[in-house]
Amino acid sequence: MNPEKTPQPPDFGKLVLEEINHEAAPPPQPERRKRGIPQSVLIPLLAVLTGLIFGAIFIILTSQEVYNGFGQSFGAGLTAMWDVVARSYTALFTGALGDPVRMINALQSGNALEIRRAFNPFLESLVTSTPYIFAGLAVALGFRAGVFNIGAEGQLFMGAITATYVGYKLVGLPMIIHLPLALLAGALGGAIWGFIPGWLKAKTGGHEVINTIMMNYIAFRLSEWLLTGPMKRPGSYNPVSPEIQPSAWLPRFFEDPIRFHLGFFLALGMAYVVYWFLFKTTWGFELRTVGSNPYGAKYAGMDVTKNTVLAMTLSGALAGLAGANEVLGVNHSLAMAFSSGYGFDSIALALLGNNHPVGVVLASLLFGTLRNGATSMQLSANVPNDIISVLQAVILAFIAAPAIIRSLYRLRKPAEGEGMITIKGWGG
Amino acid sequence: MTPILELRGITKRFPGVLANDHINLTLEKGQIHALLGENGAGKTTLMNILYGLYQPDEGEIFINGQKVTIHSPADAIAQGIGMVHQHFMLIPVFTVTENVMLGEESTRFDGFLDRDQAAARVRTISEQYGLAVDPYAYVKDLPVGVQQRVEIIKLLYRKADILILDEPTAVLTPQEVEELFDIMRSLVEQGKSIIFISHKLREVLEIADLITVIRRGRVVGSVRPEEADQYRLASMMVGREVQLELERPPSEPGEPVLEVENLLVTDELGQLAVDHVSFDVHSGEILGIAGVQGNGQTELIEAITGHRHILEGRVRLLGQDVTNAPPRVITELGTGYIPEDRQRDGLVLAFPVMDNLILRTYYKPPFARGRRMEWETIRQHAEALVKQYDIRTPSALTLCSALSGGNQQKVIVARELSRPIRLLVAAQPTRGLDVGSIEYIHQQILEKRSQGVAVLLASTELDEILQLSDRVAVMYRGQIVAIVPAAEATKDYIGLLMAGVPPEEARQRIGRKPVEIG
Repeated sequence: MNPEKTPQPPDFGKLVLEEINHEAAPPPQPERRKRGIPQSVLIPLLAVLTGLIFGAIFIILTSQEVYNGFGQSFGAGLTAMWDVVARSYTALFTGALGDPVRMINALQSGNALEIRRAFNPFLESLVTSTPYIFAGLAVALGFRAGVFNIGAEGQLFMGAITATYVGYKLVGLPMIIHLPLALLAGALGGAIWGFIPGWLKAKTGGHEVINTIMMNYIAFRLSEWLLTGPMKRPGSYNPVSPEIQPSAWLPRFFEDPIRFHLGFFLALGMAYVVYWFLFKTTWGFELRTVGSNPYGAKYAGMDVTKNTVLAMTLSGALAGLAGANEVLGVNHSLAMAFSSGYGFDSIALALLGNNHPVGVVLASLLFGTLRNGATSMQLSANVPNDIISVLQAVILAFIAAPAIIRSLYRLRKPAEGEGMITIKGWGG
Repeated sequence: MTPILELRGITKRFPGVLANDHINLTLEKGQIHALLGENGAGKTTLMNILYGLYQPDEGEIFINGQKVTIHSPADAIAQGIGMVHQHFMLIPVFTVTENVMLGEESTRFDGFLDRDQAAARVRTISEQYGLAVDPYAYVKDLPVGVQQRVEIIKLLYRKADILILDEPTAVLTPQEVEELFDIMRSLVEQGKSIIFISHKLREVLEIADLITVIRRGRVVGSVRPEEADQYRLASMMVGREVQLELERPPSEPGEPVLEVENLLVTDELGQLAVDHVSFDVHSGEILGIAGVQGNGQTELIEAITGHRHILEGRVRLLGQDVTNAPPRVITELGTGYIPEDRQRDGLVLAFPVMDNLILRTYYKPPFARGRRMEWETIRQHAEALVKQYDIRTPSALTLCSALSGGNQQKVIVARELSRPIRLLVAAQPTRGLDVGSIEYIHQQILEKRSQGVAVLLASTELDEILQLSDRVAVMYRGQIVAIVPAAEATKDYIGLLMAGVPPEEARQRIGRKPVEIG
């Protein structure tokens, strides 16, 4: 026989892998962790570093100053290169976390207002991180159950719509009732939008990737129609909803302009709930079994169909909460295109966070911080907005593709399922 | 004389494993050299190196005294090395000739395939080595044994001198095994050389000129069959004394536990797979289901355990009708089930050992209270079972994917047998396992039998069926052609039944004389 030209059987690669992984089972290694920084931390750090390096190249290439500098002399060009990168990244850092000098001075002065202002960039980063946490949890929960929820963005829109509606329509309720009701409405809106593709998958086999994408478009167009029609603010020329009643606002902890609000802690709480659900309950055990091996789940007597629908519904509810959080905590009304792709970025977040709630929270904080810093980079260092998008995309690409980072920095591939053991450490 | 093939100091490391550790192997021309070893011993790795699928980290390969480097299977074929894999790589809807030609197509002057010329060569080869294959037959119509010969013809067509046969007998009936051995003898008489990979001691002793035993990536030793016996080979393979014959006390069958009546089941393609099958299994007895793979055993077992829809007929468990009942109901009535495909169905490989040990009882106390998982109890339970069932794992938290096949199977056995059960359904419980694990699992099954559990054992390993069963049901093309008590179940008789010979004729052929088992 001639395997070179014979059509290869599809499982050939699997056979080779099994040969390596299973048949010649490696002798058990008692210690699970090697010394040094674990790769789950190292890789994101290196990805950010690499992203910043690439970003610097883009900043230099698009900076008029640098070209002017090189026009004068080579030395001036180099100085200009250094200047523009240093200025941009200083702005990124202070914009994301605050200016350390100013923070220390403010603390020493004891002036409450000054302290709040100095710490505002940091708090603002937390505000930006909050929808990422909700949406990241949504996608991670889906992944755990073996469904690829690309529809977080649409579910987020639906959650925002329903939360907004409940938020401005119900008048005269006390906050203790109105706010939970609005949040619940947001979760419900997202849940319905997640349930539909989940149900379609279970009943018809329609793939959730396609159906959630379609559901996204429906949600976008639906929100546009609502904002120009039934939900349009009376008397306004803009497609924007009426303002949400203050009784449904997520309370803020400081005076304006500091927007830091309760949503951040709700997100952390939700991360704990998701963790508890996935790793401490039989629901979560079923979900994870179905996600990891549907055949094994069936053999164990679990209802694969039911769990698939459940996972999509819960995932949608979490994404819906991300939307509710934005309208109830930040915007206080619904405007067109209010989400800048949180739902899509959350796919990368879930992967970066190894589909674990703790990982998702950390990844979301990283993202929120970068995004917030980038805004101030644009404002104070005059880096064009497009370049900031490029920078974010590059970092995202490196984070989402750990293989690139591994090969760049010659890191060894971790043993199969290393991440899962870490997770078990949490669960056990 | 220069050996036709010599491997010197072949070493291959995978991350964390030394798969081959300075292996030396010499194949003389006209020799059948058996490579014997447990799964994971490194046989397949070594052959993949020889076949160009892996590159060795150290060591050299000599063919006819010439040092060679083999980069790919194409290189190997160019050097005259051919391999028959365990899973055939044939295209069912092509004829024998077309399959043989594939990749080596000879064309006529006008660019069209020259099938007739190729067919003529296939016929010549077939006659020369006694293969008896019709060049124009469609592969899908051929029995497995003949398909295997097509694979051999493919190698000979490419002028291979060294043939590697990877576990070639695994898919064959006993009669087909004999035919294969005749072919192998004819091949070496005419100057071909064969490397025969196996873990079946009896076969190796019967056919090989030289037996090399590999354990944990090292050559333990080479022996001639006349100076070895099964016990010596088994202990060389495993590294300790092994009990090959099982103590099997007489069975004391009690009341029927499982009653199957006129079962009709189809496979995925809607083809009839189980054709009006009836039998029952009593407490304290082992009913073995013998048959060549693909004769409906898989579908039968799946139907009984609630994993496949039953079109007609009844299944009763402890007097209760469980026809098309959900798997969980059947489990809760006291059924232990060792599924055929342990990695696909029996385990969640990405989960730790402890999770897998509760895969079927996770929702019940003491493992869950209400909806809350009691991980501490689960861990203690796992540690106890790991000890009791001798599962070799660094800890209960280790992922199942990191365990060897034998230990993965022990996880399943521990899970299914540690519960109070009345019926044990075991499908291929020892497939692909090493001698030590097989011995252990057989003992466990017999132990359950003496506790009064009814055991339904489906296996394509006839030796296993004969060793364990009190009665043997033979399946052929979806039907149970006979149910034979252990005393009458000889290898020859059952083998003929498995091949589709009607019971009366089979009885005549073996001359009704009791033939020794083993």
